[in-house]
Amino acid sequence: MSIDKTSTSAEETAVENPEAAAAAVTAVDPRLLVREQGFAGYVGEFKRKMKAGDLGSIPVVIGLLVIWAIFTSLNRNFLTAGNFSDMSVAMVGTGMIAVGIVFVLLLGEIDLSVGSVSGVAGATFAVLSVTHGMNEVLALVLAILTGTAAGAIHGFFFARIGVPAFAVTLAGLLFWQGFMLQILGSNGTINLDSEGLVAQLTSHYFSDVAAAYGLAVVVTAGYFLTAFFGNRRREAAGVPSRPLSETIVRTVLLAVLAFVVAIVFNQHKGLPLAVVIFLAVLLLTDFVLRRTAYGRKVFALGGSVEASRRAGINVELVRISVFAIAGTFAAIGGLFVASKIASANQGAGTGEFLMNVIAAAVIGGTSLFGGRGRTWNALLGVMVIVSIQYGLALEGIASPVQYMITGGVLLATVVIDAVTRKTQKTAGRA
Amino acid sequence: MSATPVLALRGVSKRFGAVQALTDVELEVHAGEVVALVGDNGAGKSTLVKTIAGVHPIDEGVIEWDGRAVTINKPNDAQSLGIATVYQDLALCDNIDVVGNLYLGREVRKRGVLDEVEMERRSRELLDTLSIRIPSVRIPIASLSGGQRQVVAIARSMLGEPKLVILDEPTAALGVEQTAQVLDLVERLRERGHAVILISHNMADVKAVADKVAVLRLGRNNGVFEVKSTSQEEIISAITGATDNAVTRRAARTNGEIQK
Repeated sequence: MSIDKTSTSAEETAVENPEAAAAAVTAVDPRLLVREQGFAGYVGEFKRKMKAGDLGSIPVVIGLLVIWAIFTSLNRNFLTAGNFSDMSVAMVGTGMIAVGIVFVLLLGEIDLSVGSVSGVAGATFAVLSVTHGMNEVLALVLAILTGTAAGAIHGFFFARIGVPAFAVTLAGLLFWQGFMLQILGSNGTINLDSEGLVAQLTSHYFSDVAAAYGLAVVVTAGYFLTAFFGNRRREAAGVPSRPLSETIVRTVLLAVLAFVVAIVFNQHKGLPLAVVIFLAVLLLTDFVLRRTAYGRKVFALGGSVEASRRAGINVELVRISVFAIAGTFAAIGGLFVASKIASANQGAGTGEFLMNVIAAAVIGGTSLFGGRGRTWNALLGVMVIVSIQYGLALEGIASPVQYMITGGVLLATVVIDAVTRKTQKTAGRA
Repeated sequence: MSATPVLALRGVSKRFGAVQALTDVELEVHAGEVVALVGDNGAGKSTLVKTIAGVHPIDEGVIEWDGRAVTINKPNDAQSLGIATVYQDLALCDNIDVVGNLYLGREVRKRGVLDEVEMERRSRELLDTLSIRIPSVRIPIASLSGGQRQVVAIARSMLGEPKLVILDEPTAALGVEQTAQVLDLVERLRERGHAVILISHNMADVKAVADKVAVLRLGRNNGVFEVKSTSQEEIISAITGATDNAVTRRAARTNGEIQK
């Protein structure tokens, strides 16, 4: 992943391969940078993107590696299979909520209520299943739907009434926190059945080693086949496709990553159920955002509301649905948080939790300005946040320092976001 | 040129509160014809276009489409008739690529999933048939120049195979080369049998591509001219409205000086 800084001359890249350029699109502007076919073209394109400020996930991946290196040098226990496995499970709650925040950020809006909504979901489940003895599955569904409804209400006030999302969700933050305290009642804490459905979300591990390896194989093979047949279709239709060499390189990188993670999980307790669910959610939401008309509408609204309206997109409906999605994932995340501590308590979703969630989405590389980002960003961001939490906890450093460091990382990220946006503007990419 | 106009406005009026924006406006556009709509600022050009596009419903008068009266109350009505409008402030999303913008709101789907390959193939075809040159159909709109964005916006309006295309100041803020590209494109639309309404302030553009010029002044018709047989001065005096104004005075003065 080295960025070649030696070839800085613009002309050098500009006339990389005139023949390929001419062949790719008929009668193009000769000044145009057209991607060369084959692997060399891919490398060229990558370098050009770097220079144009299209950094993608590179800064956060580098940041994560630096954080791991620092904590490992401080404490040998940081980079052990046990710690890694625990971190993976701990990050799912925050990560789920961050997925919802990515949707909202894509619109260029913000949802401050997700912390409180997550608390409400945990409390709703606890009250329904423990206090009232309701069937666990039903209580789980109702708890999630509570989040959906809360989000839809925020979306309604934002999209239909025209109240700024910031104000609506700030009101939501207070309201839902009060609602949670109200339904929890005077005890304040309801313990969940440690063998129950929700507790299992984070405590269940597929201890058979075949599970983790099997998942790694499925993921790798799935990626390769999708990319391979996608390219075949593109070739057949006569539109530019990726070279096979690029697909193979990407697949090999993914395979290495997948198997290293699988080995680490298998050294501890096995493949955590929470991680499987999180990965499935990430795959699903990424698919929805990038491969469906609905996702295209979300991106369009983040780019230009007026253009979207004129293109016949139902702006209000998309906005309400996005806030409903954010509420839904807040509720799902809240259940994972409750699962981790096997109880619903008054502190759920309060304090720095909300900031961690938003920080995770932004650190992962989702733009605050709307229209740019992927749900996978939430995974990267939450890994950074949780790594800092666990690393500092291992060192016995108290939470004041932890807040300051997380704040610093967040600032660094938004600075990178603002700077890359500027670079992209000058390079004509944003 | 067919006998029945594609679009005909008969005595169209539009009021906004105390302002009479349009009064008894008449306009006819035939297939394969470019009608330039000119007028000074505030003459009612944009309002007229918006009534046709369904943004503002008309108060009085009749809109005829292929010879029969229709009501256009919302943008969807206009679109389903086959009217496509390209607004001055381009309705494109900067963060989405050319293919995505062309198909925004009418994505090609295959089993519920976006069919990117098909959209890309058709986008290339469309841009080829219109001889539009852009670097790649897979770069974000942000990377394109003003002229390229304009042609993409126009190409986008062609996707629904409209009978009438309305272009609101398509060459404003464009360079010489890009203006020429857009004008070429307008001519190509005419060759393909589309009716075109072109709003412009630029007399050179109007003279270059339009067949007829309809002049609006203070919300009323102020003459429809055949471009070939009309001089630029006649059009300008129709726009400014009177024989006694700064432009005609200056013209008279310079003519007088020449005669001396």
